[in-house]
Amino acid sequence: MSDDRTDRDLRPSPEALLKQSDRESRGRLKVFLGAAPGVGKTFEMLNQGRQRRLEGIDAVIGVVETHGRVETDRLTKGFEIIPKKRLSYKGRVLAEMDLDAILQRKPKLVLVDELAHTNVPGSRHPKRYLDVQEILDAGIDVYTTLNVQHLESLNDVVARITRIRVRETVPDSILDRADDVELVDLTPEDLIQRLKEGKVYVPAQAERAVRHYFQPGNLTALRELALRRTAQRVDEQMVNYMRAHAIQGPWEASERVLVAVGTRPGASALVRYGRRLADRLRASWTAIYVETSEAQRLSEHEHDRVAEALRVAERLGGEAVTIPASTVADGVIDYAQSNNFTHIVVAAIRQPRWLEFIRPSAAHEIIRRAGDLSVHVVSEERTSAKDKDEPARAPPAADGFKAEPFVGSLGVVAVALAIGLVLQQSLAVSNIALVFMAAVLVSAISYGRWPSLFACFVSVLAYNFFFLPPLYTFTISDRENVVALFFFALVAVIVSNLMVRVRDQVMTARERAKVTEDLYLFSRKLAGIVSLDDLLWATVYQMAAMLKVRVVLLLPDGEGVSVRAGYPPEDLLDDADLAAASWTWQHLRAAGRGADTLPGAKRLFLPMRTGRGPIGVIGLDNDRQGPILSPDQRRLLDALSDQAALAIERVNLVQDIDRAKLTAETERLRSALLTSISHDLRTPLASILGSASSLRAFHGSMDVKQQEELIATIQDEAERLNRFISNLLDMTRLESGAIDVRAEATDLADVIGSALRRASKVLSMHRVQVELAPELPMPRLDAVLLEQVIFNLLDNAAKYAPPRTEVMVKAIAEGNLVRIEVSDEGDGVPPADLERIFDKFYRVHAVDRKRAGTGLGLAICRGFIEAMGGTITAKNRSDRSGAVFTVTLPVEAIAPSEKAA
Amino acid sequence: MTKDLRVLVVDDEPAIRRFLRASLSAEGYQVIEAQSGHGALELFRRNTPDVVVLDLGLPDSDGFEIIRALRDSGSAAPIVVLSSRTDESGKVRALDLGADDYVTKPFGVEELLARIRAALRHRLQQQGEKPIFRSGDLTVDLVRRIVTARGAEVKLSPREYDLLRLLVMHAGKVLTHRFILREVWGTETDVQYLRIYIRALRQKLEADPDRPQLIVTEQGVGYRLRAAD
Repeated sequence: MSDDRTDRDLRPSPEALLKQSDRESRGRLKVFLGAAPGVGKTFEMLNQGRQRRLEGIDAVIGVVETHGRVETDRLTKGFEIIPKKRLSYKGRVLAEMDLDAILQRKPKLVLVDELAHTNVPGSRHPKRYLDVQEILDAGIDVYTTLNVQHLESLNDVVARITRIRVRETVPDSILDRADDVELVDLTPEDLIQRLKEGKVYVPAQAERAVRHYFQPGNLTALRELALRRTAQRVDEQMVNYMRAHAIQGPWEASERVLVAVGTRPGASALVRYGRRLADRLRASWTAIYVETSEAQRLSEHEHDRVAEALRVAERLGGEAVTIPASTVADGVIDYAQSNNFTHIVVAAIRQPRWLEFIRPSAAHEIIRRAGDLSVHVVSEERTSAKDKDEPARAPPAADGFKAEPFVGSLGVVAVALAIGLVLQQSLAVSNIALVFMAAVLVSAISYGRWPSLFACFVSVLAYNFFFLPPLYTFTISDRENVVALFFFALVAVIVSNLMVRVRDQVMTARERAKVTEDLYLFSRKLAGIVSLDDLLWATVYQMAAMLKVRVVLLLPDGEGVSVRAGYPPEDLLDDADLAAASWTWQHLRAAGRGADTLPGAKRLFLPMRTGRGPIGVIGLDNDRQGPILSPDQRRLLDALSDQAALAIERVNLVQDIDRAKLTAETERLRSALLTSISHDLRTPLASILGSASSLRAFHGSMDVKQQEELIATIQDEAERLNRFISNLLDMTRLESGAIDVRAEATDLADVIGSALRRASKVLSMHRVQVELAPELPMPRLDAVLLEQVIFNLLDNAAKYAPPRTEVMVKAIAEGNLVRIEVSDEGDGVPPADLERIFDKFYRVHAVDRKRAGTGLGLAICRGFIEAMGGTITAKNRSDRSGAVFTVTLPVEAIAPSEKAA
Repeated sequence: MTKDLRVLVVDDEPAIRRFLRASLSAEGYQVIEAQSGHGALELFRRNTPDVVVLDLGLPDSDGFEIIRALRDSGSAAPIVVLSSRTDESGKVRALDLGADDYVTKPFGVEELLARIRAALRHRLQQQGEKPIFRSGDLTVDLVRRIVTARGAEVKLSPREYDLLRLLVMHAGKVLTHRFILREVWGTETDVQYLRIYIRALRQKLEADPDRPQLIVTEQGVGYRLRAAD
């Protein structure tokens, strides 16, 4: 531990260095921050831009709103202004900053006014700050302006101060990542003075609201916010600097803030509160959502609220986690303790005091068990009222009233009543209550909460009416019975509640188990698939089936991505979708419908990646309105996508390995070629050189016979060398596809005869038998190639069959085929080698080798014969030891187009 | 001088055996031929040849195995290896196993005969060492430890002298780096030392140290001192 600390203190922290280097490749961002409109941010930005221009820096204006102010207007003179892009939206033509033009122009510095601006729908990004990020990514510096009320984390505070909620917000992270923040400050008095002089642009329709906004009190508060935010940033910068330079300091913030997000309205505001708290404490922070069995019962809106709160947390620079636990308090406390959190932020308790005893609220439970942790209970009042992240309140999630469960419950109670009436004869009245209790239980298990409460109610009435005296009235005479009925009702309600909860848990568990099982089956299925296409198909099918959406899957192809699979099958995407898909591929972030980038696309595109890197892109769409995926589905998709990505990576790796194997095989062949060539060229050369030098040195002392012998050696070996070189050349021709088959009607006897003549020398030690069938047809083939084949086969026989054995050449006609057989009486071919002997450079190892083979002869035979449309096979003779090679050729010539293959 | 010396030729190529037989018998050697490793060992046992000419690439066994078998049997007969391989490591291995010299295929027959002669002479020398060695204008008096080059006496450091003496004692024969290091330094130290001492020797002995005529480099294998006149 102490070592660890020393280490950390002495070395610059890696994240700090990384942050720095990241900044070096990106463009630099400077934000001119103001407390309110009219303080002169644009003016100051233009001033400094001019300064840069005078220094010779290529600075252009991306977008600047001068609102017709003369001083500001004058400052834009001399700047190159990138023309705005015209977009038509709902019949109106609107001008918007031209992002692509800026990226293409690629200046050193671009001035972009109003960072918080919302773009016209149909633009690449919905928000201007996203445009700015892309400009920065392209390595272009940006100057921009921002009012403090547009900062996400200050949004609530500003709204409370001014009673005006600003809709356009910018995540704090963009300010945190800015390289410079300059506060443009003006005292409230001066600002109000300017307003009075008409120097502040005020849209006519909002004049009253704006007047209210520019109260001295408001302005002072806003100014303070802006000053504080800037001061805080300066502080962060210093800490970063000190970390990067390994200067010791007091930043070792051991504080960590955990924000427990709930499902009630105001969750996002709670997150913002957490962020502000963390900022003040200089602490890292995390928003946590604990998923309990109740998650099943949440409405879509509650789901969305949680998802939105977690997204806000990520946008504000925090971490967002979701964990399952039996209760919220369990989850929060366990997580906080195991991850060394020091502060917990929870929403205030909103249930009546008495209910706390029956079902303690999460906040209460957390406070009770917090131990060393500080718990901040944030009143919901300050958050809930007009939560801007609250989706417009749709009518309460009525799942639609269904009568059947209630009718069912009624039926169950009726049965209980009937049984009760029967049992009444033999049982005490008080015991009949148990029959009704059973009915309530059955109803709770089968129909859920409301029907079971209904069953309670009906049971109480029925019990009273039919069994408690006075009978057949709803009045009760006996006081004891009143108490009994009351407890019966109470117990029935509690039991039905418990049963409903158990039922819900069982259903949740069952659903989970189903999902888990599906995932498991999917992974098993993936593991068994070898081909990429099958894999992609299985993936899209599974996603479509489990998420009830349409799916396309895109994989990289050279430069971009293209569709490789879809369910239902889909081959082409329209331009908007393709643009969103490639953006996702390039930036590895979501794009398209419901995302921050290119929301106009029809589909939502999400990256698929593994630990090793990106794999591809998934595109989803459906016919419903609103978000394509619920948070649950999103997690499921992530699980599916992770598995699929790993499987795709595995298949790709297998392909890589196959390629590597092939390369190794090629390599082996090449080295075999080298060995073979060096041996086969050098051996005859050695004989020739040795014989020639012997003759020269000793011709005086040698007798004539010896001299003759040496001269013969020289000739024989030179011929052998020639054969080898011809073989090599033939092989080269075959491999380069340069074999030119000249087919003509050929007399087989003639070809065999000339091959035998050529081979007479190599066969001088063997007996040669020739058996040609009478009336052989004249097949159309290339006589030169065939002669070479027969010669090679004879040469081969001479090599492998011992001297004084018989070599036999046979030719017979069989229907449309002719067959030529060359057989010998050697040792034959080892059975395992029968196919391989036709491979290049493959040689059967003869124990007592008379003449070295080149390993090419048979490969050439096969090449030539196949070029002529025939086949060649090797067998061992059955009648005696020896090999037989059979060439089969068609009598009719094959079509020219097929022959060269 | 070569009368009654028996040469065993081991090669699977009939053409090569043919010209070796012709030239070796013309030189006056008695020639015995074997075409396989197995036959070679058999013939060797029966005929105890004075010198062996051995092809490294035999069909039935590795040439290295034969060298090992011959040396293991206690024979000191010189072995000259015929190698159609270009790989230097094969040559070094053959020499380390106890071969005396090598010739790379293809080769002129005179070259082979010169190697055979050097190998035989070396064996004879060991039997009765001559006290004074002469090669070109180099003279080494092994008894008085006096070295003269081009008529002038040369001063050598003790280690330089040891190195030269080793080369002289195996004049005409290739010596592997490993062998020299082991003999002169006692351990197999870095070949770099050897290079430095060889360069020093050449500076002192050669007429033109950049084009050495006396101490010849066998690239990748070792060094060879020109044989005595």
